[in-house]
Amino acid sequence: MAKSIDVSDLDIYYGDFLAVQNVTIPIAARSVTAFIGPSGCGKSTFLRSLNRMHEVIPGARVEGKVLIDGQDLYGADVDPVAVRRQIGMVFQRPNPFPTMSISDNVLAGQKLNSKRMKKADADELVERSLLRANLWNEVKDRLGKPGSSLSGGQQQRLCIARAIAVQPEVLLMDEPCSALDPISTSAIEDLIHELKEDYTIVIVTHNMQQAARVSEDTAFFNLAGVGEPGHLIERGKTSKIFSNPDDPATEAYIQGRFG
Amino acid sequence: MSIQAPPRPAAPPLSNSNSNSLTANQLPLWAPKATVAGAIVLVAGLHFVIGMGLVGAVLIGWLAAIVALPLWSLLVEGSRKATDRLAGVLIASAFALALIPLVSIVWKVLDEGASALSAEFFTFSMRNVLGDGGGIYHALVGTLLITFGASVISIPIGLFTSIYLVEYGQDNRLARWITFLVDVMTGIPSIVAGLFAYALFAVFFGPGVRMGLGGSVALSVLMIPVVVRSCEEMIKLVPNELREASYALGVPKWRTILKIVLPTALAGIVTGVTLAIARVIGETAPLLLIAGSTASVNFNMFGGRMQTLPVFAFSQQSSPGAFPDAALERAWGAALVLMLIVMVLNLIARIISFLFSPKGE
Repeated sequence: MAKSIDVSDLDIYYGDFLAVQNVTIPIAARSVTAFIGPSGCGKSTFLRSLNRMHEVIPGARVEGKVLIDGQDLYGADVDPVAVRRQIGMVFQRPNPFPTMSISDNVLAGQKLNSKRMKKADADELVERSLLRANLWNEVKDRLGKPGSSLSGGQQQRLCIARAIAVQPEVLLMDEPCSALDPISTSAIEDLIHELKEDYTIVIVTHNMQQAARVSEDTAFFNLAGVGEPGHLIERGKTSKIFSNPDDPATEAYIQGRFG
Repeated sequence: MSIQAPPRPAAPPLSNSNSNSLTANQLPLWAPKATVAGAIVLVAGLHFVIGMGLVGAVLIGWLAAIVALPLWSLLVEGSRKATDRLAGVLIASAFALALIPLVSIVWKVLDEGASALSAEFFTFSMRNVLGDGGGIYHALVGTLLITFGASVISIPIGLFTSIYLVEYGQDNRLARWITFLVDVMTGIPSIVAGLFAYALFAVFFGPGVRMGLGGSVALSVLMIPVVVRSCEEMIKLVPNELREASYALGVPKWRTILKIVLPTALAGIVTGVTLAIARVIGETAPLLLIAGSTASVNFNMFGGRMQTLPVFAFSQQSSPGAFPDAALERAWGAALVLMLIVMVLNLIARIISFLFSPKGE
């Protein structure tokens, strides 16, 4: 299942403004890669360019290549909707659909695309996704209740269940725990640990300790100054980045001298 | 010889109890009610004892109240609280003033129209009726059909326009022109809408045309801008993160709008549409021009005159014929029924809004 991503010489523009410049990074399959860096350095923008979500903003475009298992995501005849079916995303604030029940939320990826499923298959998919997301035991008695009736941590796990129910190759997570309490955060970090056996996971996080806990590879992004484009400063194995990074800017960030 | 000045009295100790104190004098809690009660007593005294007219007595009582309470507060509490009381009294008076026409209309219509209601009133038209008897059956049918026709025209146009403005327009030139023209349309006088419908139908059917469908067209000219405006606001209220969640699942934009955005905004959209219907259902001038007035029931929207409740009320009052009392009573009855229909529509809007609003949290 899980695929690897190869980014080469990617520039991301919002209209004429260059937001992220010249990023080259391989992202290994079936592993967790963390993007760290100070606020505004472009890591979320870069993450969103991996599943063409940045195109939702009018005027956004990229130059460069993003290859998933060798296929260019930005090729001339590539459909962004198909890209997003293969590369799922979990957002910073949990966003379950308020008009749908919990089980309908999990099935949203199928139902909204009018994929017909037999009831037995649908129930099985709901159970499997919720089990995988560590939410099944808490909600199995109230699958018909609205999605917004859960706590914050539960809602985020519901969003993860919803994302994995469509069986993507890659799962992108944009600061998934920043709106949650420490216990929910640790539940989701355990979840990421289990999910990486089947999915390629890329996580953007502000929390360096979290990056050190969950990821195998880390990439450090930074800005030269306000209004300047973001750059990829250094990338490598998490253990190396956090113990003896090559770049002095990385070291300064790790040690908390700026952020 | 030295003269000793008399010993000066010791200066009194600086008192700081008032400047640091957290407490202050306050009017008792029953003060506003007591003032109103006193004013009512004054009004009663002026009207019943001295024989002054009711309006004059109420005016004097009101003046007394809005002077007495702030003055009392000034003497006891201080100028800041007195100003607050004065503002409160004036605002309450303004509210009461605004309520007077509403209450008086509802009361009047209920009072005059209730006696007209009967089973015959709802099931008979005015065909072959001269004096007593007859009913609004034809007008009721006409109002329901014409308003339904106007809704069928306006709701799709209005809803799709608002979807375009919010989801696809993004402040481009076309969207700005549409918004401007919709704003202009909200100000069109209803008779102009009627003239437009009449002129349009006269082109195809010749002068003197009267048609229920024309009434629907005229009403939809008035209804579309209301639908566009309210649906636009409701769709804008759907948080963007829901759209993003849907895109991230690989759902195309049109499906996102259809299955996520519209259901989330549904309660607000239904309320807006119902209020738009309630607004046009009572329009008289355009219907007078294009749907006309008739005594018989007409189910055909494409053929000939169709009576409607507001036009019926107007024609009964303005050309009552030989039996003006009966006609006037029927006119009041029609007005009451119209008011009841609008109330029912508002209730339905509230119920639908409650049923469909996103639950949870």
